[in-house]
Amino acid sequence: MLSEIAFYGAVETGLIYGLVAFGIYLSFRVLDFPDLTVDGSFPLGAAVAAVLIMEGWNPWLATGSAVLAGMAAGAVTAILNVKLNILNLLASILTMIALYSVNLRVMGRPNIALLGEETVLTPWYSLDLAYHQVPVLLFSIVILISLILLWRFMKSETGLAMRATGANPRMARAQGIATGTMIILGVAVSNGMVGLAGALFAQSQGAADVTMGVGVIVIGLASLIGGEAVITPSTVVRALIACVVGAIIYRLAIAFALNADFLGLQAQDLNLITAVLVTLAIVLPGVRNSLVSKLTRKKA
Amino acid sequence: MITATDLRLTFGKGTPLENPALRGMSLTVNQGEFVTVIGSNGAGKSTFLNALAGETLVDSGTIVVDNVNVTKLPTHKRAGRVARVFQDPLAGTCEGLSIEENLALAIKRGQRRGLSTAVKKQYMERFKESLSSLNLGLENRLGDKMGLLSGGQRQAVSLLMASLTPSAILLLDEHTAALDPKTAAFVLALTTKIIEDQKLTALMVTHSMKQALEVGTRTVMLHQGQVVFDIEGKDREGLEVKDLLELFEKQRGLSVDDDSLLLG
Repeated sequence: MLSEIAFYGAVETGLIYGLVAFGIYLSFRVLDFPDLTVDGSFPLGAAVAAVLIMEGWNPWLATGSAVLAGMAAGAVTAILNVKLNILNLLASILTMIALYSVNLRVMGRPNIALLGEETVLTPWYSLDLAYHQVPVLLFSIVILISLILLWRFMKSETGLAMRATGANPRMARAQGIATGTMIILGVAVSNGMVGLAGALFAQSQGAADVTMGVGVIVIGLASLIGGEAVITPSTVVRALIACVVGAIIYRLAIAFALNADFLGLQAQDLNLITAVLVTLAIVLPGVRNSLVSKLTRKKA
Repeated sequence: MITATDLRLTFGKGTPLENPALRGMSLTVNQGEFVTVIGSNGAGKSTFLNALAGETLVDSGTIVVDNVNVTKLPTHKRAGRVARVFQDPLAGTCEGLSIEENLALAIKRGQRRGLSTAVKKQYMERFKESLSSLNLGLENRLGDKMGLLSGGQRQAVSLLMASLTPSAILLLDEHTAALDPKTAAFVLALTTKIIEDQKLTALMVTHSMKQALEVGTRTVMLHQGQVVFDIEGKDREGLEVKDLLELFEKQRGLSVDDDSLLLG
């Protein structure tokens, strides 16, 4: 089974990927905009935060700048789509590729170590908590605040207009909603969340690396789909809670798979496990439904 | 008041599929008029409506709504002046949103949207009152998802949404065509009632000549992207489908070959 430290570690990364799942919920689900920019905006957030912390900035200011950088990246993708009519998926791939170079430029080298630097976590270590519990506490607070803000936004006039844009753009336009502006705003906010996740990840792991974004989109999707399988996303708040729950379950499943000696899996098998878990998360709800309908049909 | 002058629009210009949909269409709809528009397939009815709504921009000509030239404006910038109900009952509402959320979207049609809560308490009384006028029991189901409603119910709510805030013109695009006869009659009766009660200016495209003569104050027939005749008042009273067909043949020297127009 999992050790206590491995358990807290899984929850800690789960909470960070919960933020990524929020972003992916916003783009994939609310706006129906398949956005792969996140593979670039996650390391962008990490890079911006790491560089500014090394410059001696206040770590919260550095983290806030990472959010703005993520938003800018998302806005670029959406503008490529809305203003230049490039297919949404392709637009996001273009930005993702471009961000690889941008991230190298931002950092000036492939990675930056943050060991010994003052991060958002530093003051919290003086609390009377075990070392591995501190990030879980702080990130829980961050994700709770993000959840409440996002939920309130989705319930607002602008948020409702954004949901209508994704669900029925023709109707949205007929109601006077500038659908293009909504897409730009939504994809920007989505990538702002991912930039925040990247910044927190770099600070909790003690390093930013240009390759740390690879597969973030798949992990975020795995969290989103897995969460939706556990909690039916019938309302906005349930969908947001599903994102967090899905991300934590996903990280725990990974940690368990890697820790279970009888499975014989090792760290390099991570991406394979991820792909298998995502496939299961997509397929299982369907299998369950067809099983239920088969069983009930037999009875009838 | 809405004035369309010499609208021209050709789809697929310069391709083998070149199709002139509007060929100098002109029409003025005065305040308080309820115009029914008929015409065979390809006459330009839907294109004309889309041009008025802003979904398609015309190649030339002008559209003036309440003294504002809207010819070049996209749909969302015209929405404050132009309300619309679509043919497809699923198109006018968002099925993933609740009834009250759909109404809250509509009450802000053409206005700025901010960060305050969309579904406000002060709207509730109005929502309930207008929903109860439908006699469908929807006033007790404000929180239900739109997707749970039938096509007819959704079309009725679409009508409410279009009339929730004032507009210079209400565009109805064959909005009863996709419904079964009984529901279609209900939605049509509701349409007439709303337009009369609120003294709306409306333009209704229909496939049925009978319907075109039964409701409204004026009937316009389109053919090949132009208005072929336009009748109102005394001339229109007591007119029947066969009179309309004769009128059409006399005007054009053509016979109507579209069965659906004769049978509708």
